[in-house]
Amino acid sequence: MSAAKSHLEVLPRSVQAVLLVALVALAAVPFVASDFYAQMVARMMILAIFAMSLDLLQGVTGLVSLGHAAFFGIGGYVLSLVSSDAGAVSLWWTLPAAVAVSALFAFVIGFFVVRTHGIYFIMVTMAFAQMLFYLVFDNKELALAGLKLRLGGSDGIYINFKPDASFFDLENKTVFYYFTLACLLAVYAFLRRLLWSPFGRTLAGIRVNEHRMRALGYGTFGYKLAAFTLAGALAGLAGYLWGAQTGFVNPELMGFHMSAHAIMMVILGGMGNFAGAIAGAFAFEWLLHVFKDLPQVGGFDAGKHWQLWIGIFIVLIVAFAPRGLLGVVARIGRSKEDAGG
Amino acid sequence: MDFANFLIQLLNSVQYGLLLFMLAAGLTLIFGIMGVVNLAHGSFYMLGAYLAWWLSSSTGSLVLAIVLGAVLAAVFGLVLERLLFRHFYHRDHLDQVLLTFGLIYVFEELRSILWGDDVHGVTIPDALSASIPLTDTLSYPVYRLFMSGVCIVLAIGLYVLISRTRLGMRIRAGASNHAMTEALGINVKRIHAVVFAIGVALAAVAGMIAAPIASVYPNMGSQVLIMCFVVVVIGGIGSVRGALVAALLVGAVDTFGKVLLPQVSGMLVYMLMAAVLLWRPEGLFKQ
Repeated sequence: MSAAKSHLEVLPRSVQAVLLVALVALAAVPFVASDFYAQMVARMMILAIFAMSLDLLQGVTGLVSLGHAAFFGIGGYVLSLVSSDAGAVSLWWTLPAAVAVSALFAFVIGFFVVRTHGIYFIMVTMAFAQMLFYLVFDNKELALAGLKLRLGGSDGIYINFKPDASFFDLENKTVFYYFTLACLLAVYAFLRRLLWSPFGRTLAGIRVNEHRMRALGYGTFGYKLAAFTLAGALAGLAGYLWGAQTGFVNPELMGFHMSAHAIMMVILGGMGNFAGAIAGAFAFEWLLHVFKDLPQVGGFDAGKHWQLWIGIFIVLIVAFAPRGLLGVVARIGRSKEDAGG
Repeated sequence: MDFANFLIQLLNSVQYGLLLFMLAAGLTLIFGIMGVVNLAHGSFYMLGAYLAWWLSSSTGSLVLAIVLGAVLAAVFGLVLERLLFRHFYHRDHLDQVLLTFGLIYVFEELRSILWGDDVHGVTIPDALSASIPLTDTLSYPVYRLFMSGVCIVLAIGLYVLISRTRLGMRIRAGASNHAMTEALGINVKRIHAVVFAIGVALAAVAGMIAAPIASVYPNMGSQVLIMCFVVVVIGGIGSVRGALVAALLVGAVDTFGKVLLPQVSGMLVYMLMAAVLLWRPEGLFKQ
């Protein structure tokens, strides 16, 4: 199966310029935007990390996972499991723990799923994610090796304190915002660096032609498993941040809709370069916000039926603009350069 | 577990397995013949259940509702194929996944606008509401036997249609070589439309006959879709026979798991899937 579609791995000048402007805008948000919007942008940044982690699989390696939210959810649930009602837990060990546990789950699940191809991969990743979804959905508490794990069942579970970072105060919304922005930049820089490393080039080679890579002597199973594990770990990071920001985790974080939204974000922005995933996450979340805010029209509550609009939007994007937003920006940039000589 | 209890669980597992088969057969047929991954297949199951509720409460007869509903669902499938799916046969799986995911949202909301968000019950017709006594204390509901009967009749019908009729021959020919079949003067496009309509109708009938025992509620489609995926993955995608074997297997593991290992029953079918994948990454009956 070819997930490849107009990859913009090397970002054109026009896109780089847009990214720089976007970074300045993001840094300015807590000063210019209301509290509500600053929180919304922080949430968008967290989802952007999640979308980038999926892009490593989907855009770079050509593996379309319909179960990626499982690892996002695990990151959030690890935070809720180690949190206590008495006070804050230290960021410095809980964050690595969430990432490590997500990576471990991704490694085990990856062992089963990366041996499948194409449509099987899509179905199997979804089935494994659902398994974890129902594990949490059906169990308020789980006894495991003498430990009592509080999962909260279908109601979800509250996290009363943000993690304690000792040097800075994450309970302060502005500090949390910049911490999230720092994570976003770190993950982006890491993945961009990875993209051009021998490992990243091998993954890209697998996307284009796995048989050829195997014929060249690459153990593609190991590379795909490594990519799956790394993507799971980064999704876990995003999930941890989500849990810390919203102070709440529920099974929906692992659900099939969350996974599909991540795919949509990556497609919407443009695959395989991570900048597209960021743009897609922002655009998709903004759209959800707009659709949920639609007014009452006569006897018809347009905002209540936001899922109808998002559904129609998805169908239209797939039908008419499968190259994503960055593709559009790059095209406009290119035509301007042409016009200017 | 004594024998009568075992028999009840066995009948339940076959009934659940056959119901899953109805859904998985449509899913795998549409994939095997048109190459389309349809996440919205669960929505057709939901459509069936709502049609059963709506038609049986307006006509007063569940059996009439099922017949009418099957026809309506097939027409709906034909329209959908012509308007939308036809244009996505040659797109890659990712596009199909997204398209049909978008459709899930559209169908869910149209359902909400048309029929509301309440949970509905569908009453079992009097003629089918009795129970057959197995021992002094245990009995088995006739309606569940009726469900299995409908599934078996449709499964045999599907088998005869595909392997014994002229239309079936053309369906198989179109699936294995589109261009050649077209060159022989057979309208493959029309055959695709028919196969799609059959798949939609099978899923809807599954929803309709399940409605009285599973009740009718929003989001009922996505839960069933995932079990369908498990069945298709175990059976081997594109194989209707594989879907039958896998559906019965999943039905048995799920039903007996709930009785024998209730703590982990939710995960058993996924463990089964994982085991099959380790052994055969392409499923049991990959063609």
